[in-house]
Order: sequence, then C-alpha cells, then structure tokens
Amino acid sequence: MTMVAVLALAAGTYGFRLAGPLLRKRLEIPERVRRLLSMAACVLLVALVATATFTQGHGFAGWSRPAGVLVGAVVAWRRLPFVVVVVAAAGTTACLRLLGVS
Amino acid sequence: MRSIWRTLDRELLRNVGAVAAAAGLVGASFGAIAVAAGLAWWLPLVMSVLVFAGGSQFMAVGVVASGGSPVAAVIAGLVLNLRHLPFGMAIGDVLGSGWRRLVGSHLIIDESVAFAMGQRDPERSRAAFWACGISLFFFWNLGVVAGSVAGQAIGNTDALGLDAAFPAALFALVLPSLRDRATRRVALIGAAVAVATTPLLPAGIPVLLALVGLLAAGRAPKPATEPTTEPTTDPTTEPTTDPAADPAADSTTAPATSEESR
Repeated sequence: MTMVAVLALAAGTYGFRLAGPLLRKRLEIPERVRRLLSMAACVLLVALVATATFTQGHGFAGWSRPAGVLVGAVVAWRRLPFVVVVVAAAGTTACLRLLGVS
Repeated sequence: MRSIWRTLDRELLRNVGAVAAAAGLVGASFGAIAVAAGLAWWLPLVMSVLVFAGGSQFMAVGVVASGGSPVAAVIAGLVLNLRHLPFGMAIGDVLGSGWRRLVGSHLIIDESVAFAMGQRDPERSRAAFWACGISLFFFWNLGVVAGSVAGQAIGNTDALGLDAAFPAALFALVLPSLRDRATRRVALIGAAVAVATTPLLPAGIPVLLALVGLLAAGRAPKPATEPTTEPTTDPTTEPTTDPAADPAADSTTAPATSEESR
C-alpha cells in the first residue's frame, strides 16, 4: 500500500460522495442500478473473505486459517459481539498452530 | 452545531454512541491487521482520515497483503465506494449547502445515511446525520491509531492467528447484507470464481473478477425489494437493531437497511 494509492482511493471516494448531493436534482439513478451497486460491494467483500480464507499467494493457505475463520463466522452468525468474532477466529488458528497444524 | 445536540433525544444519542463504539473496535482491528500486513503504523491512520470508508480500507489492504498491485487495490476500493453516490443523492438535502455540503459529503457512510433516513422530520434527520458522522469519524480514527500501535508491538502475527481474524472480521461486516437471498447467490458465485482463479491470475485480479457474479443478479427488483430486504433488520430476532446499529464502519450493511427505511 503506497501513499499514492491511498490518495487515489481517497480522492475517488470523496468524488463519489460529493457527486451525490451535487447531482441529485439533475440525475436519476434507476432502482435496478442502485441494487446492483450495493450488490457489487457485497460481492467484492465476500470474494475477499473467501480468497483471504483459503489462499496464500497462488496456493492453499493450510487448514488452520480456514478453521479459525469458520469459528469466527459461526460466532458472527450467532450475533455475538464483533470483538468475540475476531478473538475467536484468531484464537482458534493460533491454538491449531501451537499444536502443529499448518 | 448546538442546535444539533438540542434536537437529539436520549435514545438517538444512545444508538449513535453504540454504533460509534463498535466502529472504534472495528477500527482497532483494521489498524492491527493493516500493520500486520506490512503497512507503516501511520499509513492506516492517514487512510482512515482521508478515505473514511471501512469496507474499502479493509479491501485495499487485503488486496495488497495478498500480493496484489496497488492499482487493483484502488479499483476494488473504488467499486466498493460507488454506492456512496446514490447515498448522497438520497440524503443530499440533509447536508445543506456551501461548506456544510463539502464537509458533510466526507461523512456520508452507511451508518450516517441509515440514521438520517430513519428519522421522520428533516430537522431530526440533519441532527442524526451530523451526530453519527462526526462521532463515527472520531471513534473510527481513534480505534485505528490504537490498533496500529498495538499491532506494531506484536511481533509474529501469524502465531497469533491474525490472518484468520481478518476474513472473520470482514465476514461479520457483510453478514447482514447476506440475508438477502439474491445478494447471497451473487456473492457465493463471485467468491467461487475468485478462489478458483487465484492460482491462475495475478493477485488482486480474482477479487475483481468476482463481479461476474453480478450477472446472476436477475431482475426482480420489483417484487424482491420489499420482502427480501425486510429480514435484514428484523425487529423480532434482533432487539438492538435500529437502522444503523451494526458494528460495520461503513461496510455493506446499510444498502439493505437504508433501502428499507426509505
């Protein structure tokens, strides 16, 4: 992550944000497009979850990480607080590694 | 500013406080994870102040951490943040004009939009938007600093399982929007595509390629929007749910909730 990348992301994001209030009288975004935009955000995040869970570089990440993520996901699904999700996931993986599971 | 605090009632303040505290925790994990991914301790903070969109920050750091190029990271982050455009159109009149619009635009995040849209009259909308936006900005960045300083103190992050904490945290953030069936289908297809192509393509590209999942979005916005977005904030199963009481600092949680409260 470089400073230039951060600035580019920041500038683009602010542009999108400012464009809404400025263009709202001149532009109508169809409901279908709105729906696709919010879906796109979700698709990207879930894809990142999946790749970060299972892959390391171009290969498989090993079993300890997906196991931890699975525990964290169950915790999240049971609507426990966010901190618990993070600690449960990291703790599971750390314990497995301590036991020698890659 | 003083009129804002007078307009806010106790309940609204409490809700804003809960969301802001949660944002602080998510910010702390972002800081720790970003430093673990190799960023200098101050870079997550600069990013949080200037970008102020948690989902895209996690995204960009995640893509770079997996070996992807900064260009792919920026593109993925920007696609994620495109949703702020319709958000801004929806609550544009809440911001006001002049400098208020310039500053307020930066505070357009899932939570502030959801809070603003959840109010009945414009005066309360305005108060809720600013209260939520300002307090989240403060706590989010405070959390990021704390997280990156703490993350720096930790030596071997893999032994602590922080690489598992990242996807799990992200999953917790997207979970509410996955209650919509069509979104879930599209996201699963996209995730499968991304994982399957990871061994073959340069890092960062598979995540972007996941967007082909959108082809399965179908068209059913008419009958789908009412019943399918409802369960996302089902008051019977989640007592604490208000339009924005979700720990996501600007992830994808609000598109569903804000649609509903519209």
